[in-house]
Amino acid sequence: MIHISKRKEMPLWQSLSIRLAAIVVALIVCGIITTTMTGLNPLEVYASMVKGAFGSPRKVWILLQELALLLCVSVALTPAFRMRFWNLGGEGQILVGCLASAACMIAIGDKLPNPLLIFIMLLWSLAAGALWAVIPAYFKARWNTNETLFTLMMNYVATQLVAYFVIVWEVPKGSGNIGIINQTTEAGWFAQIAGNKYLLNILLVAALTVAMYIYLNYSKHGYEISVVGESVNTARYVGIKVERVILRTLLLSGAICGFAGLLLVAGTNHTLTTTLAGGRGFTAVMVTWLAKFNPLVMIASSLLLVFMGNGAAEISTAFALNQSFGDILTGIILFFIIGSEFFITYKLSFSSHDKQTNQATLATTAMKEA
Amino acid sequence: MPEKQCAVSLRGISKAFGKIQANHNVDLDIYRGEILALLGENGSGKTTLMNMLSGIYFPDSGTITIDGKPATISSPRDAFAYGIGMIHQHFKLINVFTAAENIVLGLQDEAGFNLDEAKTRIMSVCDAYSFEIDLDQKVYDMSVSQKQTVEIVKLLYRGTEVLILDEPTAVLTPQETDKLFAVLRNMRDSGKAIVIITHKLHEVLDISDRVSVLRKGEQIGELLTSKATAEQMTNMMVGRQVSLNIERPTPQDPRERIRVEGVTVRGSDGVVKLDNVSFSAYTGEILGIAGISGCGQKELLEAIAGLQAVEQGSIDYIEDDGTLDSLIGKDPLEIASMGIALSFVPEDRLGMGLVGSMDLADNMMLRSFRQGRSFFTDRKAPEHLAEKVIDELEVNTTSVHTPVSNLSGGNVQKVLVGREIASAPKVVLSAYAVRGLDVNSSYVIYDLLNKQKESGVAVVYVGEDLDVLLELCDRILVLCAGKVSGIVDGRNTTKNEVGLMMTNLGGAQ
Repeated sequence: MIHISKRKEMPLWQSLSIRLAAIVVALIVCGIITTTMTGLNPLEVYASMVKGAFGSPRKVWILLQELALLLCVSVALTPAFRMRFWNLGGEGQILVGCLASAACMIAIGDKLPNPLLIFIMLLWSLAAGALWAVIPAYFKARWNTNETLFTLMMNYVATQLVAYFVIVWEVPKGSGNIGIINQTTEAGWFAQIAGNKYLLNILLVAALTVAMYIYLNYSKHGYEISVVGESVNTARYVGIKVERVILRTLLLSGAICGFAGLLLVAGTNHTLTTTLAGGRGFTAVMVTWLAKFNPLVMIASSLLLVFMGNGAAEISTAFALNQSFGDILTGIILFFIIGSEFFITYKLSFSSHDKQTNQATLATTAMKEA
Repeated sequence: MPEKQCAVSLRGISKAFGKIQANHNVDLDIYRGEILALLGENGSGKTTLMNMLSGIYFPDSGTITIDGKPATISSPRDAFAYGIGMIHQHFKLINVFTAAENIVLGLQDEAGFNLDEAKTRIMSVCDAYSFEIDLDQKVYDMSVSQKQTVEIVKLLYRGTEVLILDEPTAVLTPQETDKLFAVLRNMRDSGKAIVIITHKLHEVLDISDRVSVLRKGEQIGELLTSKATAEQMTNMMVGRQVSLNIERPTPQDPRERIRVEGVTVRGSDGVVKLDNVSFSAYTGEILGIAGISGCGQKELLEAIAGLQAVEQGSIDYIEDDGTLDSLIGKDPLEIASMGIALSFVPEDRLGMGLVGSMDLADNMMLRSFRQGRSFFTDRKAPEHLAEKVIDELEVNTTSVHTPVSNLSGGNVQKVLVGREIASAPKVVLSAYAVRGLDVNSSYVIYDLLNKQKESGVAVVYVGEDLDVLLELCDRILVLCAGKVSGIVDGRNTTKNEVGLMMTNLGGAQ
């Protein structure tokens, strides 16, 4: 017989060791599956994953810049999530940000000095992302519509909008591609710092993450967000204008998603496609949840996801495995990490029918010692 | 008198939740033909102990013996099999079903299910104990007391021999309580074992044969009710000497502070919640509001506090110089910015007054966090306030950084009341300020309200315990289905009078 009961509280070291144990168990399970399904030595596979992610300075830079982009989107979703507003429209908000940046580069790319151009791109991408988020927010605040569905639907609109403009701006005509924008002039491209293409992106996101942490935890706005998220009634009771907080927070959330779009277009890809956001709007949902809405912890959770992604790509080439195999391993590891939360919140006690009381005592003591 | 027959016997029962020891080494015997009162303050482990009998929790250690044989109760189904049934504070009934349907729900052993036959059997149970019940009435049409009757009949119909009731009178009027007690006595006389969980002493004295007192999860002692006194039981329950008298100083220089005239409020479902309500609250006075729960008390306070839209009528705040400020159509922030210091202790503490996941300090600044021009919040002042409240109201917490949802009910309420009073209010509105609180905490709250009254605050006290309303309040406004049934002088009224006014407008039979 198994009894499940809720734990009251747990010291930090204990919850950390439960999470660590979950990862170890996940690696063992992954190892068994790797061996039985592919016949490979799991240790070699793991080593190759690490090599794929950290193997060379170039790989580390790619990892860091992927981390920066994912982290940026996660940080963008965080204020909305803290308010229990489930913004699943990150993908669309990034895309309209990309669209706005690309439009500026194409329309006024050669007419303005680069810093001014980038400043205008910044404004437009922020505005576009904010607009995409504030529409569902307005409906939520005014008529209490379901924000999950609404933001999700906005993604499809954004994708189609981008698809339309890709045809409008395609180079050469009929190719269905825009190609690299301003390849010769590099107008609207982020400058390289110390000869590194990605460093600016990384620094910007690092600053943004710290700023968001401070905003959420120490500012009056952040406090209002927490109160609204916990209880709308309490917020009304102390005179917080709930509708205003929802709109303001989603403007911010959408604007940062738009900013991620700018980083993609001006910082890394210099082009526009419908798949430019690359699912980050959804992966970021997982990152924020794993980090329990703490921007600083998100550095770790997005690192984990980016590492798994890059590592999975490496093993698929190194061992000639299907790319999906890497995804299976990622899935198993995430399953165990998320599953470990159950053991942090709840306690299991085992006992049998005949000698129940004694064994129950033994089982609980054993659990405590373990 | 024949030898008492022991139905259930608990020995050395312990149960812990994480670091909190809810029960420690408790011994308890439950006899047939006897009503046992399980008395203890909030968080003393009464409900946990009984939940282990009804199969909700499983003891960490100890043994349960039923009719002399060792028993394992690991689910409510097991408990039923042993003839143990428990009525929880929150009823577990299906609203759209009738009484009869709810009573037979989940029974599998009926050969060829026939509701009419079942009804006949249910009626014979009801007649045996003189229950008044309409088997075809839907649960959503029932009063709280009728729902409770259905719960009890449901257990008896299933052959329950040991009946546990968790705070059964918390939601009943005095008349309904009397009826319940009469039924319980009938059940006792027919040989059932009855356990009633309560912290109300007069009920213990009224109904029980034996009383067992728990304190901090441990059994302190057992008394025969016939030989026990209220003082003795309180001292066992609290662990030290407590005075049971509530003070009622005479109001000093009362002046009209809040004037409510002809207020009508409609709920979100379009039902009229308050119907043409008029009254005044005076400075230096505690105005009690009595009524069966859900008769418009919540809407009345929320209308004054600016949280409830008013359809008709006026609510005015009267300043010291006699100026009238209308409160209608203002939200709490606007009321505060008019310079009106109005404190509100709402009924739903963690759902409205406080934020459960935030710590004490952060909850202290709910009202004040906007102060100052800085973009950032000032965390020092609320921390000091939290420390002051912890100190003055003896809040039991590990630190100012404990989330309030981890505190017990009484401590949560102290935090809320402490914050509301700290703002030096002119008006204090409180809804069920002592609901779920133990004796000790309740008296702390009464003292606080009296201090506010003495310093010239107009206090509105919505309460459910008539004994307390009669002892604490200067005047009592009785609500009946959203209407003012009458306003009586707290010093010259009786429990019976107020009880009748609660059920009939104007108290007419």
